[in-house]
Amino acid sequence: MTADEFYDDEEEIDFSDLREQYEVKLEEGLDTFVVIDGLPKVPEDNKPKLVKFLVKKLQAVGKTKEDSVYMPMGDDGQSQGFAFVEYETAMQAAQAVKKLNGLALDKKHTLAVNKLTDIERYGREGRIDEKYVEPEPEPFVEQEHLRSWIGDARARDQFILFRSDTVGVYFNNKKDAPDMTVERQFWTESFVRWSPLGTFLTSLHPQGVQLWGGASWKRIARFPHPAVNLVDFSPNEKYLVTWSNKPIVYQEGMPGLTPEEDGKTYVIWEVKTGKLLRSFPPIENPQEADKPPNMRKKIQWPLFKWTADDKYCARVTPGSSISVYETPSMVLLDRKSIKLEGVVDFEWSPYAPTEDEAKKTSGEQLLCYWTPEINNQTARVSLMAIPSKEIIRTRNLFSVSDCKLHWQSEGAYLCVKVDRHSKRGKSTFTSLEFFRIKEKNIPNEPIEIQDTVINFAWEPKGDRFVLITAGELPPAGAAPAPPKTSVSFYAPEKTKSPPAGPFRLIRTIDKRNSNAIFWSPKGRFCIVATINSQQSHELEFWDFDFDGEKKESEKDLAANLQLIGTVEHYGVTDLEWDPSGRYVVSSSSMWKHTMENGYHMWDFKGNSLREDHIERFKQFAWRPRPPTMLSKEQQKQVRKNLREYSRQFDEDDLILESEASATIIEGRRRLLEEWRAWRSKTERELEEEREDLGLPPLRDDDDKDMEGATVIEEIVEEVIEEKEEEIA
Amino acid sequence: MKTGKLIKTWDFPTAVKRVEFTEDGNFVLGTTEERMGHLGTIVVFPVNSDIEGEQVDEPSLRITCETKKKAVVAAWSYLGKYIIAGHEDGSVSQYDAKTGEQLLNVPVHERGTLIMDMQMSADKSYFITASKDKSAKIIDVKTLNILKKFETDTPLNTAAITAKKDFVILGGGQEAMNVTTTSARQGKFEARFYHKIFEDEIGRVRGHFGPLNTIAVHPAGVSYASGGEDGYVRLHHFDKGYFDFMYEVERTRAQH
Repeated sequence: MTADEFYDDEEEIDFSDLREQYEVKLEEGLDTFVVIDGLPKVPEDNKPKLVKFLVKKLQAVGKTKEDSVYMPMGDDGQSQGFAFVEYETAMQAAQAVKKLNGLALDKKHTLAVNKLTDIERYGREGRIDEKYVEPEPEPFVEQEHLRSWIGDARARDQFILFRSDTVGVYFNNKKDAPDMTVERQFWTESFVRWSPLGTFLTSLHPQGVQLWGGASWKRIARFPHPAVNLVDFSPNEKYLVTWSNKPIVYQEGMPGLTPEEDGKTYVIWEVKTGKLLRSFPPIENPQEADKPPNMRKKIQWPLFKWTADDKYCARVTPGSSISVYETPSMVLLDRKSIKLEGVVDFEWSPYAPTEDEAKKTSGEQLLCYWTPEINNQTARVSLMAIPSKEIIRTRNLFSVSDCKLHWQSEGAYLCVKVDRHSKRGKSTFTSLEFFRIKEKNIPNEPIEIQDTVINFAWEPKGDRFVLITAGELPPAGAAPAPPKTSVSFYAPEKTKSPPAGPFRLIRTIDKRNSNAIFWSPKGRFCIVATINSQQSHELEFWDFDFDGEKKESEKDLAANLQLIGTVEHYGVTDLEWDPSGRYVVSSSSMWKHTMENGYHMWDFKGNSLREDHIERFKQFAWRPRPPTMLSKEQQKQVRKNLREYSRQFDEDDLILESEASATIIEGRRRLLEEWRAWRSKTERELEEEREDLGLPPLRDDDDKDMEGATVIEEIVEEVIEEKEEEIA
Repeated sequence: MKTGKLIKTWDFPTAVKRVEFTEDGNFVLGTTEERMGHLGTIVVFPVNSDIEGEQVDEPSLRITCETKKKAVVAAWSYLGKYIIAGHEDGSVSQYDAKTGEQLLNVPVHERGTLIMDMQMSADKSYFITASKDKSAKIIDVKTLNILKKFETDTPLNTAAITAKKDFVILGGGQEAMNVTTTSARQGKFEARFYHKIFEDEIGRVRGHFGPLNTIAVHPAGVSYASGGEDGYVRLHHFDKGYFDFMYEVERTRAQH
């Protein structure tokens, strides 16, 4: 049985690593031999000449010498046309097979190079049937529905909880304990991750990545990338990128990998077939290479960025180029990278053109990149269309220290956050460059911010945004208090018809500690939070379309901003909205600190629903939902009848609640009865034993009540005021 | 007792951790530390109720515990029939009070977690243990079966059963040696009330700024006192709401 077969047979437990470790290598020692076929047949006299010639060829890939070539002679005095060659190492032999196989010596002779072990394995008589046998098609096996959770009768969302060594998937029950659907110990060895549409749960192991799904949570696929550290999906779950900080060391018999992968750190896989599409070596950044490992910049992740339709995937080689690959072939677009001197970073537009649009524009997609100041050229932000590689918009910028590219979720706007420095480089400030992609000529609108913007977030599917600015950092040596931050809210001016008006500041809240912005996935609501902080743990819930009085000063703006709740969650490290935007969970993970780990569930207004303190709690993640299948009209219809639906939901909730409380009451009644029964039994036994010993019975507890205590009541009257009034 | 006269002093080679009289006052037990080569023991002395009379020097009974399993707490059961001991390793033993024979030994708490406190019910037919494993358990004296368990999120130092109401009070908090590394909020220095039968948490009383070392309930169940590492003893009286509080099921049962 080869490792491959074993790999397929094994259903439940992954022994492949153990097997690899302990498997007895029968082929030991023969690994360095290759068999060369297709040589010219020569008489004895010419043999040394041929061997010499051959060795010359062979040494191109590894070390060997004339003595190591054995060319048997036939009975007719001619050589047989093949030879055995020994290389110094097995690796070189493997290289020889890879590189020299198919090498043409002249017009008549083409080399066939095979490993001796392979010939042993496959070439022996009887090992392989002479006749080709059509492989049996495997019988069709009905697969589980991978989106079964969507069909939950109460349309509840799922989430995972990862605590100590156990990962579990649960249905959200609002304030009640969640319903467990599956719970497994040692399900992952570092963390788990949902695929972007929620179909798969990804677990990471030293041997690679595994995907799980369906109602029974069985394994769907696995991707054998040894020592994998990080994993990323394309937006439509078609492809998977894995990364390990250790380059792959290819060994014979590693399932799913080929010698091609040796030395690679990034691997791109096709999710459906589990096939390896392409692997990439680590990018050497010349500036970083000299620094000690702990001083180097963290790796950029995700390095491979996907278009919204999974059609292209691109990565940047900092300072020189952007490489765009076409899927599924993973071949470079036009066979070459796009040379862009100095390029630092890029982002795809998250907008996927519909089929009609794609026809019109021949499937052009936008990507935005920026280059810093180099060689007397100003810094520049550019928009490029792919696949035409046409630059459709650029803007020159001055005194740039850094740029961050923020696309709005529908690709309608692009905000470039430009961190700039004054001429002397002493003070820093930020300017925001907005591009309105959907409008003609892509107009640009800059907003200058006096302070450094530390966080920026667009409203999903909206045109409003929130940003957090930090003042000057306190001078070194001063109290290490975090700089006070300010939160600013922006909205466009109201207009009668699209496009939206210019962006205006709604309000700025000063002297905050806030550092994070979390928009509801449905927009409108937004949480401004202070996370990973020692001092402050506030979560502020903001409503952008508050149903109430609007401030006079803000009447021209397409927003009515209102703070609807402030709560505190001690030691909060993470925050995540559920896919429907109705609930939000703040969690405190032991990966960051070990105080009061657990999670806290709130509704969108900041009312606490559930608080769960969990020892050694690590991770909470809502299961994403695939996009709705309802058409726009159907959605409208639902919205229209919302009142009707919500009435029904309320009723359902009420029934559920009364059912639940009935079971609780039933349970309590039982407990109470059991306890009383046990008590009366022991009391009786006790009495009997006492009687046997001739002791007086114990006094009842109630008699002891207030024993010896006398209640003294004292009534004190006091005249507070006396007044005489004459009544006429 | 009335005169405050010292009747007898017994000397031990190691520290005595706990003493208790039987119901009739005829015997007293003590638990001693395991230290300096001496094994942890439970000793029982007969007490001469005549205060002028001679008190014996030698214990009538000596129970020696294995190493690493010393008794930390011990108490008399009803009628002085058994001696119940809580051990260092999280187990509870039942000894025959007459012969000292170990009748039962049940590991009730997580292995190796110290049992910090053990308090008997009023009639000494069941008792509550508090352990470093963050749980407290009510155990039947006769069979050592666990009747109820109360899970908390902090190591417990003490547990008490309230008279009058079916509650238990648990106290504990971050261990004293770690207190300085965390804020008061983190320490969980609260007295926690749980319902004895339903095992639900009912309420907490804050106030201490160090872990609670001991809690004692008034025999009539009208108040309780807690002693903390912070050096304070806090005496709390229960208010009307406390006595009125009842679960729906209890209320319906009370009405019948």
